[in-house]
Amino acid sequence: MKVCDLVEKLNLKVFCGEQGINNEVVGAYTSDLLSDVMGNVDEGQVWITLQTHRNIMAIASLKEVAAIILVKGYKPEKAAIEQSNEEGIPILGTDMETFEASGTLFQLLNG
Amino acid sequence: MKAFRADLHIHTVLSPCGSLEMSPEQIIQSAKEKDLDIIGIADHNSTRQSRLIKEIGKQNDVFVLCGAEVNTKEEVHCLAFFETDEQLDEFQDYLDQHLPYIQNKPELFGDQVWVDAEGNILGEEDRLLIVGLDQSIDEVADKVEALNGIFIPAHVDRPRYSVSSQLGFISPDLKVSALEVSRIANLKEVLERYSWIKNYPVLTNSDAHVPEDIGAGYSTFLLEAPGFNEIKKALHNEDGRKIISISLKF
Repeated sequence: MKVCDLVEKLNLKVFCGEQGINNEVVGAYTSDLLSDVMGNVDEGQVWITLQTHRNIMAIASLKEVAAIILVKGYKPEKAAIEQSNEEGIPILGTDMETFEASGTLFQLLNG
Repeated sequence: MKAFRADLHIHTVLSPCGSLEMSPEQIIQSAKEKDLDIIGIADHNSTRQSRLIKEIGKQNDVFVLCGAEVNTKEEVHCLAFFETDEQLDEFQDYLDQHLPYIQNKPELFGDQVWVDAEGNILGEEDRLLIVGLDQSIDEVADKVEALNGIFIPAHVDRPRYSVSSQLGFISPDLKVSALEVSRIANLKEVLERYSWIKNYPVLTNSDAHVPEDIGAGYSTFLLEAPGFNEIKKALHNEDGRKIISISLKF
């Protein structure tokens, strides 16, 4: 499954980093502590979080995640948008809360 | 120039987690007993007790930095200090404006009162002070800089409420004066784990919530005399002012 498939099936907003819209998705990880994400997210996973700080992109880039999904209608901060566009790692958005977003994505990836 | 001992992270009776013994008088008395020349008053998201302590400090030859321990949107704790009453007032307005309204339950979190020099209660903060502001760490840092303040991310080595736990590392664009490592830190291990700390001046403090802990962690500054701008220069290693040592055990 690709990032663009998630966008379509979960009706996600694409904030930035559109070049990476065809990134392959191998799974997902949900966490808001960036120290935890740094240690535990795997390459090719989608990362679900409520953090909007620019540091999310640094970690996404370091760990080569497929895309970031921001929950609860949160929008990325300006510096995060800039880096997302440079790196080609999309930041996506949903109005769903973390529990619902994770559950929906789990079903989609494991269905 | 002379060496001055500084503990820049002390909570008062106003912090919900601060002991009721942490009255202005007691804090200054304990600071004297511990040979501290400079202290920083940093209650969670409030500056309201700090000014009186500065006044009492003046009469007792203890220089007091007035400020707060801000909790940002990401739940990163940061120390912020200001030179003038006007700057402190403006920062208090900023805190009042951006602290979400969650009512304190003193039986769960502790009392949040501020007191006069005799320890009489002057007011009680109704909002729970330990919640995160609706402002990002960058926004808080910008505000502190606009008010010519000192901005120090607190206990950066700790697994909770720190820049390392919440945000992983410090973005190079963030305007920080220095970093605080906790007084129990093993600096060598911390630097191995978080190499970005090397890019900043490092100090340590007590983070005291009870009188006995005041001065349990401190940093020694080389200054002409205690003063806001002298300390600021030392943090930036300017004009010969500097941090000489920090009181870590390891």
